[in-house]
Amino acid sequence: MNRGFGWTEFWFILSALRWTIALSAVAFAGGGVLGLAIAILRTAPVRPLRWLARGFIELFQGTPVLMQLFLAYYGLAVVTGVDISPWPAVASALTLYAGAFLGEIWRGSIEAVPLGQWEAARGLSLGYWRTLGLVVLPQAWRISIPATVGFLVQLIKSTAVASLIGFVEVTRAGQLISNVTFQPLTVYPVVAALYFLLCWPLSRASREMERRIGVRLGERGF
Amino acid sequence: MAYTFQFGVVADNFPALLQGAAETVELSAAAMAGGLAVGVLGALARNVGPRPAAIAVRAYVEIIRNTPFLVQLFIVYFSLPAIGLRLSANGAAVLGMALYAGAYITEILRGGIGAVPRGEVEAARALGLTKLQVFGLVVLPQALRIAYPALSSQFILLMLASSVVSTISAEELTAVTNTLQSTTFRAFEFYFAATALYLLMALGFRAVLDGIRRLAFGRAVT
Repeated sequence: MNRGFGWTEFWFILSALRWTIALSAVAFAGGGVLGLAIAILRTAPVRPLRWLARGFIELFQGTPVLMQLFLAYYGLAVVTGVDISPWPAVASALTLYAGAFLGEIWRGSIEAVPLGQWEAARGLSLGYWRTLGLVVLPQAWRISIPATVGFLVQLIKSTAVASLIGFVEVTRAGQLISNVTFQPLTVYPVVAALYFLLCWPLSRASREMERRIGVRLGERGF
Repeated sequence: MAYTFQFGVVADNFPALLQGAAETVELSAAAMAGGLAVGVLGALARNVGPRPAAIAVRAYVEIIRNTPFLVQLFIVYFSLPAIGLRLSANGAAVLGMALYAGAYITEILRGGIGAVPRGEVEAARALGLTKLQVFGLVVLPQALRIAYPALSSQFILLMLASSVVSTISAEELTAVTNTLQSTTFRAFEFYFAATALYLLMALGFRAVLDGIRRLAFGRAVT
């Protein structure tokens, strides 16, 4: 039976977009918490902690996200003997992945805060944690926003690999529709367009903020 | 957990994995070469080309950078045959990877070109060089040199992203691993080994590319 590509098919793909968004949101939130911890460890005054965080980052930035996903899904299922459903497997794999990248971005932001800020806070007899939380992180936060939003785009795009373990997000929905309608020429560009509509505004916002922060930093004479 | 790890079967099939890793490197190198060509053409069109060409390049860069590589690959492999362009799996993989990398490389080169001092261009123009000569002989060589670190990172990212081409049945490390794990039922061991190989390749290439940078440009360029 041949089936055309009509509104029903389009609606099926469009409604799968919520899973792409949900997955991105979960991985971004989880990765944000993890990434903050990694960034703090990575800039900690204790060397072994820095090494640990660095190893984590190298491991996740140096391996394909698809391998991380396959290990989490097929690998752990075999080892534990429990079939993990795609959703927790892909959510945890992407959380770890996001944690590594956000950790590295935020490390850069923390290091971009002038050392004098640390010294001044110390001079006012603030401890390490209060210096970090009250002085350094609020400044690092501002610096980090453009790159963080930029990574969010990368993360949204990365969720497409979830389709390869059968998680029905927008790419998988496209595959399914392509398989029943035999119209890959229409279906995949539609899928690409949906990602584009999601990602492009974020990319533009990221660039715009980068420009603005760059200008402001310049005005203040850093 | 009653699972016993058996890495012996991985050792038995290690030559096949290494073969897959070699194919991954070949695919990535071919795609990187294509991507560099696309990137240089893109930079050329943006800087000295007519306005429509510059706009077309911008659109290309934005579309590629805001859609997932997996979906681009599906378009190349599944959608293009509908308009008569049928490629082998490996051909589609190289084309898809080259188009993907080309967009990022165009952006990287744009940054590199922006960093070449204006005086260089003015001096070359004053010496009577044509716009094309200025681009090819003065600006591009310096831009490539400035962009070298970013280009090396791009190569490693491309190699890791290549893992996804296994889905269109291209031959490389992930495809070999998928086959081996499904015939031996040792998913964890094989994905673990493949992940380790990717990590080694990423670290190895980074060391080699950094070494080349030091030899070719001295330590000053970072």
